[in-house]
Amino acid sequence: MTRITFDGVSHSYGKRSVLRDIRLDLSEHRIGVVGANGSGKSTLVRMINGLITPTSGTVSVDGLNVARNAREVRRQVGFIFTNPDNQIVMPTVQEDVAFTLRRRGLTREQVAERTAAALDRFGLTAHADHPAHRLSGGQKQLLALAAVLVAEPKIVVADEPTTLLDARNARRITELLQEMSQQVIVVTHQLELLAGFDRVVVIDEGEVAFDGSPDAALDSYRELLA
Amino acid sequence: MIGLYHPGSSIIHRTPTLLKLLLLSVGVTVVGLLGQPWQLLVALGAVFVLYVVAGIPPRPAWQQIGPILWILIIAVPLQALFAGWTTAGMMAGRLVVAVALAALFTLTTTVTAVLEGFQALLHPFRRWIDADRVGLLVALTLRCIPLVAEIVAEVLEARRARGTQGSLLALAVPVVVRSLYAADAIGEALVARGLDD
Repeated sequence: MTRITFDGVSHSYGKRSVLRDIRLDLSEHRIGVVGANGSGKSTLVRMINGLITPTSGTVSVDGLNVARNAREVRRQVGFIFTNPDNQIVMPTVQEDVAFTLRRRGLTREQVAERTAAALDRFGLTAHADHPAHRLSGGQKQLLALAAVLVAEPKIVVADEPTTLLDARNARRITELLQEMSQQVIVVTHQLELLAGFDRVVVIDEGEVAFDGSPDAALDSYRELLA
Repeated sequence: MIGLYHPGSSIIHRTPTLLKLLLLSVGVTVVGLLGQPWQLLVALGAVFVLYVVAGIPPRPAWQQIGPILWILIIAVPLQALFAGWTTAGMMAGRLVVAVALAALFTLTTTVTAVLEGFQALLHPFRRWIDADRVGLLVALTLRCIPLVAEIVAEVLEARRARGTQGSLLALAVPVVVRSLYAADAIGEALVARGLDD
């Protein structure tokens, strides 16, 4: 698995400090990040593919400094957002998945082949030519997953991917995330999503409050919320 | 073009986009020059045949051509008042044929194909214009229309629920604010998906 390192990372929005001196070394297959609203967990994971640059400290992916090599790192790190609507760029399902493969130096046939395989994997083949905005919420999140995984990233970061979904779709997305061969980092409030994860990091008020096995971490998180 | 594409493998679907655009331009120009009612009837028949060849069912075809009839209900009597019924009828016929031809283009061409067409058209100007960016701009514009429509619908619903139907401010402010937030989020997603590669 890829090694993600946070070395003395702090971040502020103006005068408001959201992360303070984070030191983490993440190399497990499935990693969960939990924390209350505004705790800084989304800011933390956005730093993994350079969407947010730390005010101080360094984030690196396999030794590459993300701030200095954002383009290269983004090719290895796929990002799933909470609201799939914000992630859909092209008008139809097929076109949106193919959009990820732009500027990758692939032939038209290769793009078509990989797009078709991604749509098939996520059960979206029948919707290939449908307008993406007319899909259901669950299908949109599946489309977001397909659009990310078609690029074959080494790491998949998902920021509360099931928050806007009903129970059935949340379970489907959870299963897909748990089955992935890639390294997966999931930010969530839904603790059942983290069953079988290798490591869970609890963030509280911009600091790592707990870091360890899921069971112990979830106990710690529940105590924080109590 | 949002969600209008009707999948198919007809010769019209397979015709290169730029050739289709050229033929559309020629077709619309020719229709604009037709002077006799029988010529318009022939043009209408030809368009009908093209729809049959493309395998477009009546419903999606009607969805595209139908709305123009509402404009004609007002425009034709006005035109007839000033120029007579024959001229008004010709104007209506030309408009219906032109709209039907344009709709046939959108029903048989994917947005990606249109973007590739744009990129090919702009290729000679690549030193000054980034055709890929222009294509993306067009795609994003098309994508954002349903998104903004959804925001407006939700704000209208919220406005009704709060009993502030009459307030223009209660519509404009949340629509603008939410649209800006959505634009920001889409921008972030574009970066995450490697737009800056």
